[in-house]
Amino acid sequence: MQLSTHDLACQRGDRRLFSGLEVCVRAGQLLLVQGGNGRGKTSFLRLLSGLGEPEAGEVRWNGVSIASAGEDYQQAMAYLAHANGVKDDLTPVENVQVQAGLRGQRVSCAEIEPVLVRMGLAACLDLPARVLSFGQRRRVALASLLLSGAALWILDEPLTGLDVRGVAEVEGLLREHVQGGGMVVMTTHQSLQLQGVEIVPLQIGPVMLGQMSLPTDVAERG
Amino acid sequence: MWRFLMTVIRRDLLLAARRKGDWLTAQFFFIMVVSMFPLGIGADPEQLRRVAGGVLWVAALLASLLSLARLYADDHRDGSLEQMLLSPQPTVLLALGKAIAHWLIFGLPLLLIAPLLGMQFALPLEAILVLVASLAIGTPVLSLLGGIGAALTLGLRGGGTLLTLLILPLYVPALIFGAGAVDGVLAGMGAEAQLSLLGAFMGMSLLIAPWVTAAALRVSVD
Repeated sequence: MQLSTHDLACQRGDRRLFSGLEVCVRAGQLLLVQGGNGRGKTSFLRLLSGLGEPEAGEVRWNGVSIASAGEDYQQAMAYLAHANGVKDDLTPVENVQVQAGLRGQRVSCAEIEPVLVRMGLAACLDLPARVLSFGQRRRVALASLLLSGAALWILDEPLTGLDVRGVAEVEGLLREHVQGGGMVVMTTHQSLQLQGVEIVPLQIGPVMLGQMSLPTDVAERG
Repeated sequence: MWRFLMTVIRRDLLLAARRKGDWLTAQFFFIMVVSMFPLGIGADPEQLRRVAGGVLWVAALLASLLSLARLYADDHRDGSLEQMLLSPQPTVLLALGKAIAHWLIFGLPLLLIAPLLGMQFALPLEAILVLVASLAIGTPVLSLLGGIGAALTLGLRGGGTLLTLLILPLYVPALIFGAGAVDGVLAGMGAEAQLSLLGAFMGMSLLIAPWVTAAALRVSVD
């Protein structure tokens, strides 16, 4: 299982955000995308998810471009964007159920509730998401992510809106997922406590500086 | 695949059930506009009968535009559209499911109201039946073609106005055949020809519109 980019370039309007980006993540690794505001972190994640079209180059899943891998890739990938994708008029349980249905999965309430309780939403299982706080809605989205069973998580600022406990819980989830053989690509501005997780850092920006540190299979040129 | 389609439809129906005000607006708009005409042009039954088909059909077109503006906009705003696009199922199914759900919420109630409104225009029973039949065949066209416009204008400022300009010309064949069917039966010429043409137009929309909508969604979200 491997996600790699080849000579990837992204342009937003007239501005070239990055080009010639080469990076590779394998099972059991976490790709931590770093960079200041407006450097193209979100654009990069959207390219990885397949929502955006790269200016040049391609994203490959197990060596096949994600456009050709299509369903295989989408089955294996879950993307958590800035917007949570949580419908205000549905309860957390219904939201998670709908998300699963859209992935073609059927999950029962009995499976969903423990996950929502684990995410600290025990008190609001039957409330419409409208009355939930931003952080709680984030937790609903994280619960769908957990239930998706996807091997690759693409997370855009998963910690925004979460309280200290929430952050610790997400760190726990990430550790569990990566150590269980999953892959994570994420951005965050907060510092993470992820002992025992193999982290691949990636600095993103208009000028690519060779900042790679860890594994040998990670290459980047500017 | 089937489950995905059902999930999309069920989800939209559930959301509509939670927010009755949103879709009832279009129905009430339809009733209001149609009811204004007898007040405006006088109570001469002969004259009313002559304009009935056209008035009801134009009102249906305008009412559909009211509800179409929200078809994808809400999902786009809260991020659930992205999640749906990332589903392993083809986007065409999403577009088809959304159109079916829109028809069930918007078109079906219209069929139930139309006979009552037809009576306001002193239409004979035969003409009312043809009116309902023409709406039954024609309103799916509005949902299908309207989906294209809703997807194209997604995220644009003033998208509602643009939607009107884009979609109304596409509705013209439906309007001509639909209103023509009612006029035909009133003139004693029968409505079969017009209704079959309308049916052919619906078949064509059903085959083409979901694909175009899917492509437009991809472009709008990028």
